[in-house]
Amino acid sequence: MKEPENNFISVFIDEEEILVPSGINMVEATRLAGKEMPHYCYHQKLSVTGNCRMCLMEYGMPLTDRATGEPILDRRGMQKIGWLPRPAIACATKALPGIHIRTDSELVRECRNGVMEFLLINHPLDCPICDQAGECSLQEYASDYGRGYSRFVENKNVKPKRTRLGPRVMLDDERCILCSRCIRFCKEIAKDDVLGFIDRGSYSTLTCFPGRSLENNYSLNTVDICPVGALTSIDFRFKMRVWFLKETASICTESSVGVNTLAGCREGKIYRITPRRNDEVNDTWMPDSGRILHNPVDSDDRLVHYTIDGKHTLVEEAAKKAADILSKGAVAVVGSGRASVEEQYLLRKIASAVNAVSVSLVSRTGEGDGLLISADRNPNVRGALLTGLIEQLPHANLTNLATDVETGKVKTILSLGEDLTQCGLGRDLLEKSNLIYFGTHCNETGEVAHVLFPTLTVFEKSGSFLNQQFRLQTFHTAVPGPAGIRPDIDSLGKLLHCLDPETIPPSNTVDIWASMSSGIPQFAGVSVENIPKTGLLIDGSQWAQLPFIEGKSLHYDPATQQSEAMNISK
Amino acid sequence: MAFKQLARKPLNWAERTYLPQIIMGLKITFWNMLKKKVTLEYPDVRPVIPNGYRGIPTLVKDPKGREKCVSCQLCEFVCPPKAIRIQPGEIPEDSENAHVEKAPKEFDIDMLRCIYCGFCQEVCPEEAIFLQKVFSLSGYSREEMVFPKAKLYELGGTYPDQHYKWEKKRSAAEENQANGHG
Repeated sequence: MKEPENNFISVFIDEEEILVPSGINMVEATRLAGKEMPHYCYHQKLSVTGNCRMCLMEYGMPLTDRATGEPILDRRGMQKIGWLPRPAIACATKALPGIHIRTDSELVRECRNGVMEFLLINHPLDCPICDQAGECSLQEYASDYGRGYSRFVENKNVKPKRTRLGPRVMLDDERCILCSRCIRFCKEIAKDDVLGFIDRGSYSTLTCFPGRSLENNYSLNTVDICPVGALTSIDFRFKMRVWFLKETASICTESSVGVNTLAGCREGKIYRITPRRNDEVNDTWMPDSGRILHNPVDSDDRLVHYTIDGKHTLVEEAAKKAADILSKGAVAVVGSGRASVEEQYLLRKIASAVNAVSVSLVSRTGEGDGLLISADRNPNVRGALLTGLIEQLPHANLTNLATDVETGKVKTILSLGEDLTQCGLGRDLLEKSNLIYFGTHCNETGEVAHVLFPTLTVFEKSGSFLNQQFRLQTFHTAVPGPAGIRPDIDSLGKLLHCLDPETIPPSNTVDIWASMSSGIPQFAGVSVENIPKTGLLIDGSQWAQLPFIEGKSLHYDPATQQSEAMNISK
Repeated sequence: MAFKQLARKPLNWAERTYLPQIIMGLKITFWNMLKKKVTLEYPDVRPVIPNGYRGIPTLVKDPKGREKCVSCQLCEFVCPPKAIRIQPGEIPEDSENAHVEKAPKEFDIDMLRCIYCGFCQEVCPEEAIFLQKVFSLSGYSREEMVFPKAKLYELGGTYPDQHYKWEKKRSAAEENQANGHG
């Protein structure tokens, strides 16, 4: 047997020995061994109930003589394995040191065939109209273990097909295989115990408790974890088949938690946003409110023209004009906590090139829910700290800037994506100053801007955000932006080049990271290609004393964060 | 490669008159004039198209007038030249076919792209799309040649149904309801 090293134990899967962390179950162990253990009810982040019986396997332990404790050897001199006469479920079997399991024996295959046949007895087989088709475990395992035809000649059970469990979730009871993942999710993760089974046997039906409905802000996670098409999203229902969707890794901009997401799109249109597993940030969950953030991408009020004083122009002309205005001095820069780290870095360079009077950020706050929405609704305030754009935490209103404009200290404002009329600067004040505005959608600030740069939404560009844990996470281009609109870093780079002809405009994020990793000590050695999928923790101890407003959430505790930072700084 | 050059054989007297050749040719001509015609006065007369011919793909309805397509989009997926475009939609709950739940909102086939491979007919789980015997299409513009749902049903018409799958499902539901379950 291999030597166990700190908390790793040795298990034998189909006679192959592997080391696995102790305490995991045999489904996870087989996955580590690169094999598949089919399962429906088991989910890594939920408790084990073992009611689907799909993960049945054979297991046995090495035999020892009970009297002497000596191992019993077979004829070859190997320790004999005491195989259990009946199968056991892998999800509820912990990996024990020396355990042997068979995942592909005759008995195991027969078990799976039997379970599949029973599950399909009452299944309506309406795959052509089912939204889960293409990512359905029942479909997948039916092709692996199903018999291809049904021996069941009686009428199938008929259950309600269109039950609204809540404002966002639709239930088709016929498709339900009673795995209870959704029930456990609501109870254990969302802490909103509303679902349960009623009736018995094959008449068992999933329902909400009387007078309740599935309306918490995490309800759509039940749709994600449903292994079949029983729970479907009302928003995504019948919109597009999943096999058409190309999924791109993205980051949710809802709050500073930085939930990892996948944007499913086809031909330049985003159809749905689903969570991407990251055990350090969001496990496999995301809030419902983050799933509709792709709607503004397609809206009709997108800015699509580079504009100087209301006239359409080219990006180069706009950059030249903006540089002319900026070089006159008395400039205030308003950055954004929604901009990527790369954009904030370029903005800081612009701010220092024009000797900006003030650089500010606008804060957005809301109530945190203790799970995956934090109080800080800007995804990237820490990026602005790291890049040196700001030194203090932002305020919701730009009162200082308003007084500066009134007194004439500031004559030009450069705003990166912030609608200034929403943060304490009236239209009259903006008209008094020269305004350069970078924005995605039409708004009042865009109307009064002298030079207007249309920008891209988070789904249309690549970059990175620093979340509340100072974790650097990258997002990628899911859909192309409106025709003719350059990425934000491109427009900012061109503007910087016009201000300071010695700087070469960066052509992509790699160029910016090359400059950032040499300029910012915390980013030393970081390049955008080697940021892992789970993100890269950046040392934020320098800012540990700042009064961040985030409370405790799923994988974040401000108290431990601060004490860790103190330890690092010591 | 080595090759041998042969001298052409000189023509004999009969051959030099060309008459036997002319007579032979005329014989074939006259014989064909008496034979049954193989050509057609196209387009006034149309050929008989054999069964299994792959002409234009169209949507069909079942004998009770139900639109069979449920917009599963498998044909759109399998179509090699990407001629098929479907926008899925939901059947309203007050409709007679509400139990089918899904039907195409829009269904376009670009007949200029279609290569008449018949994959769509083969893949359709609902037997809703069939290749017809129509082999010649024309139009004045490209837009005109993108056939919308209404036109596809008009060309497809009604096809016999061997299963009445959804009908069976509905009657099973009613039966179970009568027995006190469901």
